[in-house]
Amino acid sequence: MSNIKKPQISERRKFFTSMTHNAGLGLMGGLVWAGYADKAKGSPLTLRPPAALDEEDFLRACIKCGLCAEACVNRSSNIDKETGKPRPSTLKMAKAKDDVTIGTPFFTPLDVPCYMCDDIPCVPVCPTGALDLASVTNKNGDLDFKMMDMGIAVVEPNACIAFWGIQCDACYRACPLLDEAIKLEYGRNERTGKHAFLKPVIEMDVCTGCGLCEQACVTEKPAIFIQPREIALGYPGDHYVKGWDQKDQERIVNRSAKEVTTETKRSDQEASDYLNEGVDFD
Amino acid sequence: MTNVKYLILRRMTQLTLLFFYFAANAYGWHVLSGTLSSSSIMGTIPLSDPFAVLQMLAAGSILTFDVILGAMIIALFYGIIGGRAFCSWVCPVNMVTDAANWLRRKLYIDKIEKKIGMSRNIRYYMIVLALIVSFVSGLAAFEIISPITILNRGVIFGFGAGAGLLVAIFLFDLFVLKNGWCGHICPLGGVHSIIGKYSLIRVTHDSDNCTLCMKCKEVCPETQVLNMVGKRSDVVSMAACTNCGRCVDVCDDEALRFHIRNYLK
Repeated sequence: MSNIKKPQISERRKFFTSMTHNAGLGLMGGLVWAGYADKAKGSPLTLRPPAALDEEDFLRACIKCGLCAEACVNRSSNIDKETGKPRPSTLKMAKAKDDVTIGTPFFTPLDVPCYMCDDIPCVPVCPTGALDLASVTNKNGDLDFKMMDMGIAVVEPNACIAFWGIQCDACYRACPLLDEAIKLEYGRNERTGKHAFLKPVIEMDVCTGCGLCEQACVTEKPAIFIQPREIALGYPGDHYVKGWDQKDQERIVNRSAKEVTTETKRSDQEASDYLNEGVDFD
Repeated sequence: MTNVKYLILRRMTQLTLLFFYFAANAYGWHVLSGTLSSSSIMGTIPLSDPFAVLQMLAAGSILTFDVILGAMIIALFYGIIGGRAFCSWVCPVNMVTDAANWLRRKLYIDKIEKKIGMSRNIRYYMIVLALIVSFVSGLAAFEIISPITILNRGVIFGFGAGAGLLVAIFLFDLFVLKNGWCGHICPLGGVHSIIGKYSLIRVTHDSDNCTLCMKCKEVCPETQVLNMVGKRSDVVSMAACTNCGRCVDVCDDEALRFHIRNYLK
């Protein structure tokens, strides 16, 4: 065997071959890794701590230190003086099976909602600005829990018993911004002719998405629940403007599309060119 | 009996730090809170993992003063004093891979195994790859797979399915490649190698005392750094040395010891 020589390659060839080898391995690893990273971004339904940046920027900035979870008043190390028991944690650090980017903080309102502390202890401790202090600081430079924006409550009218005419105001009473974020809409119950509807309605500019309503909801699966704003809210576009609303009219100035034109085959023609001939839509 | 002074010191350091992290969440202590990615001493001095910060930068995040300062404190400490000591004195995964290594010796796996050739430079390629993937995906790429923070967070906040990765690394080091994770692949180890290359604390070898027993090479997780043993008296100056002191422990002939490098000579 020993006299069979391996084919010799030149140093130059060796250099190119090993370059290709390394580049190929790097590309392979990179593709697998980037593919996983894409999946690791987790569910868009994730609810983040107060003052979190937009999900994309939040994922860029969060260093996964857990200081917010440790600062949350509602944490296991903070023993409840009334009951003598540890409190269940609002903020959880995602584990591999949570469908949330591993190591990032999130909360599940149905388990433990956010109690909206006056001093918002979870936000100032963030070292990276993933929780943006400025977004919960008001004009006077004070922290303002009303400026929190974790998500928005959504009412599902088919499951909400108040919409059936049964008297229930559990979510309305549970709301920390009582009669501001959830309002009761009164209506006459035509079916009985003598009762009233007290339907919960969300004020979308006020609701912070703390989730106390979701936890308080009496139905088996909550008829009011928190969703990220990007998921729950629609957007009518800049071309629908409330003509009766002075403030909404200002949007015309800020609208993104300055001119809307639609180009079709017929655009080049005059109306008189085709109107009398009928239109071929093919 | 073999000397275990540095081994015990290292385990005590690793476990004490883990305990402080754990206590910050469990009892609300403020000595050391956060995780190994970013922490805070007494709630005031920030510490940040320089590699995590680099990845955040690559992912397109705007860095705050706190994390830059924290990363600089860490980089300066290991750069001037500790060398690659993070890997052997702080990192909790070191305990996992050391356990695999110990079991490997007990089971004589080295004797039956076909050697797999794997470059120890993979860790440096991993750094570059991590930064590229961070840039492309907008997510600190190593931080989503890092067994270091998975173990660290597991101790603090409770383990999840990620613990499987630690078992996988244990098995990889035990059955596939000796010192596979810490000695070949881990990019954080690569970063700390680069940071700590010129550190003051180093192991030094005195070949006059050496009896060529080679115990040091048997225990060393980065055997190549001990290339001078028995040949010449020199400082163990290669970047990959983790300053773990195992070689100092096992040497019966006082041929290896810690010393402070003197650049002025």
